[in-house]
Amino acid sequence: MAEGIKDKVAIIGMGCSKFGERWDARPEDLITEAFEEALTDAKIEKENIDAAWFGVFYDEQNVGKSAYPLSQYLRLPNIPVTRVENLCATGTESLRGAVYAVAAGACDIALAVGCEKLKDTGFAGLPERTKGTFEDLYQPGFTPPGAFAQLGAAYAHKFGLDMADLKKAMAHVSWKSHENGFLNPKAHLRKKLTIEQILNAPPVAYPLGVFDCCGVSDGASCAIVARPEIAKNLVGENFVTVKSMQLSPSNGVEMGHQSWDGAGTITTRKASERAYAEAEISDPRADISLTEVHDCFSITELVLMEDLWLSDDGMAPKDILDGRFDADGDIPCQIDGGLKCFGHPVGASGLRMTYEIYLQLLGRANDRQLKDPKFGLAHNLGGIPNRNVAAVSIFGMNE
Amino acid sequence: MVQFGLTAYGSYLPFQSISRQAIFDQIGWVQGGLKAYARGKRSYADWDEDAVTLAVAAARQLLNTTDAAQVQNLSFASTTAPFLDRSNAGIVAAALDLADHTNCHDSSGSQRAALAPLVAACHNQGDGLLIAAGEKKPVKPANVMEMLAGDAGAAVLTGSENVIAELIAAQSVRSDFVDHYRTAESGTDYVLEERWVREEGLAKIAAPLIASLLADNNMSVEDIDHFILPVAYPSHARAIARTCGIKEDAVADALFTDCGFSGVAHPLLMLNDCLDRAVPNSLILLTGFGQGMDAILLKTTEHISSYKASISVQDFMTNLRVEDNYPRFLASNGQFHPDWGMRAERDNRTAQTVAFDKSRDIYGLVGGFCASCQTPQFPKARRCVNPECNALDTQQDYRFADIPATVKSFTEDWMAFNRNPPLIYGNISFEGGGNMFIEMTGFAPGGIAIGDNVEMDFRIKDIDDKRGFHRYFWKAAAQRKM
Repeated sequence: MAEGIKDKVAIIGMGCSKFGERWDARPEDLITEAFEEALTDAKIEKENIDAAWFGVFYDEQNVGKSAYPLSQYLRLPNIPVTRVENLCATGTESLRGAVYAVAAGACDIALAVGCEKLKDTGFAGLPERTKGTFEDLYQPGFTPPGAFAQLGAAYAHKFGLDMADLKKAMAHVSWKSHENGFLNPKAHLRKKLTIEQILNAPPVAYPLGVFDCCGVSDGASCAIVARPEIAKNLVGENFVTVKSMQLSPSNGVEMGHQSWDGAGTITTRKASERAYAEAEISDPRADISLTEVHDCFSITELVLMEDLWLSDDGMAPKDILDGRFDADGDIPCQIDGGLKCFGHPVGASGLRMTYEIYLQLLGRANDRQLKDPKFGLAHNLGGIPNRNVAAVSIFGMNE
Repeated sequence: MVQFGLTAYGSYLPFQSISRQAIFDQIGWVQGGLKAYARGKRSYADWDEDAVTLAVAAARQLLNTTDAAQVQNLSFASTTAPFLDRSNAGIVAAALDLADHTNCHDSSGSQRAALAPLVAACHNQGDGLLIAAGEKKPVKPANVMEMLAGDAGAAVLTGSENVIAELIAAQSVRSDFVDHYRTAESGTDYVLEERWVREEGLAKIAAPLIASLLADNNMSVEDIDHFILPVAYPSHARAIARTCGIKEDAVADALFTDCGFSGVAHPLLMLNDCLDRAVPNSLILLTGFGQGMDAILLKTTEHISSYKASISVQDFMTNLRVEDNYPRFLASNGQFHPDWGMRAERDNRTAQTVAFDKSRDIYGLVGGFCASCQTPQFPKARRCVNPECNALDTQQDYRFADIPATVKSFTEDWMAFNRNPPLIYGNISFEGGGNMFIEMTGFAPGGIAIGDNVEMDFRIKDIDDKRGFHRYFWKAAAQRKM
């Protein structure tokens, strides 16, 4: 395996806008909100930044195409800006670009920004998009909840579970995120729910009800990364470093080969195996202190606990109901409310997850602060279980 | 002498029907007289079925019993063909994956459209003619045809080997008698008075034609074992039989009670129903009425005893799911336009270059079979999908259309746009290998489970309202339990 990027890149500043239905804000406002926070945090001027990566998914309803909107909004001094898009892993992809540039020595300081303005489309949920000129001819006209709901039916079948029992574990996933999101002033949904409310919600796509689905939000988030030597000068001896960043896209097996059972995500397993190896973590259940995973739907978070090797196969429902991933559990998941309650502005989500881990590692998470977190794991799943991009990133303090 | 006649047949009815009482309950206040027909049920095609898909489905039933290589000519017959200027038969042929040199043509213009090529075949002894008829009659709410019509497909194949019903003779007569008509502008039928149609039209046209045909073949009305008169009104056949002197017990069931009148497909559908039960040496008088009449004499052979249609007309009718949701029935037929929501605004423009380039993949459901690791896969790709193989350019054509599959995962999606919600879709596993993520059909909400058997149905995939085009693909259909 290659040498990897462990501890070669420091995060010296982060920012995140308030997520939610930002009817009053344009992408320029959201990005400025996140960027100014990060700039202040990093104690640098924007002229110190060597290059930027800009993540946007739905460009048509958002900022339009290309990288120049970022350069324009921030009045960057004509430095290189790269526009990236990789479904719901877009925000993480912008960070990966910036991190790799610094790790490679091409930049001293690099910027990653992700932004999405979903609430100007008029849609409840995500708008539809073309799947490609050939794929449109045969792929089903699915919605994200319907595509992820497949996991529910297949998981229950694989492990011989009664759907009513699986639904209880799924409801616990959502309940926990609402409890956490309630404490987060930047979260989109800050309302506690009861298990009964979640179980009795109107159906969206069997077996998912409304409260099994995450919020669709407006928002932006941002990270400034630098070489560790520079970080020491700017923010002192204690700073957050990137331990690993791994990406795994589907190669068609899920769509076209019977070896996939439909009850989990192959890509997450591959990406997390590589991420743990790159971060030199041999026992994730002992070393990972918190996770921010792609809980677009409750069933997704449930299967991800197994795909990230944090639950044994078939045991995620029990571990969830036992409170293992609650705020006071062994490995809290979505301590910031997650996609479920912090919200899911697609291009910003990966950076939002990193933002929470960054705050937790630096002890700045206020009411949500966990005790002595060691490593935090961020996970994105772009696309649908049948065809997706999984990103796993691990962060910790410099060593 | 070499026998010539029909060598195979196939029928198709959609999954669902609506009780005529349920229709009458909604429109009786407009047309109280329709109470006379408020009994039984009528079949109706889903929103994603049209004359082409109905014809394809019937032809596939036929090809379950017969080698497709026998088909040399294809005649698609309908008055409700989806395209006015594009070979609808060409779509049918592509879905059946017929040989490239198959001669395809559309037959239309009257309710006799399916019999015209059969009459010609009878005169010319034309081997290998597949007639595939489909009709999805657009009906206006409270029009009598809403009660009388039913949607169906039917197909027959001509040939000289293993003939099950010999084509003895045929005669036709023309008459511009307008019992009903429909134009591109009107969209639905304008129907004239029933008694005038029966007495001035049917009786006066049918009687001399039948007499002439029988006389020319040295036969009499007493010889007729089955008299098929496919018309919309269920009582007409008996009346005409009496006029002609045909014995009452020879009159074929008009399929009114459980199906309804399926227009161009109906002569063949009634014939198929007759053949489902016929014994050898039965004389069948098959007629078709519409601006004149065709009359064809057929005689079953000893091969009829061993021929078994994969699904009989009676079985199709018995297994129709009976709905009572009138607006849902209207929506299936384009007569109800609710606000389907924003997802219905999706632009379904078809990249015709790709659709043509991938025509066999999409219409024929032909994927790949890796010669290196024997893995079937859809779509066919340059590299094998098997993670243990990934061989380059090893794939041979592999048609999935006739391979049974089982449900591997599914959802019932109430958020996705579908004209018959919920949209049901998921992963299926094919017997022998292959996985597809695909839309499903034929399941009632709550009626699908992992492991259910499914079979592939050719259906409309998406409708492009902006450009008046729609494209077809296959869906995983609930297995018909017969």
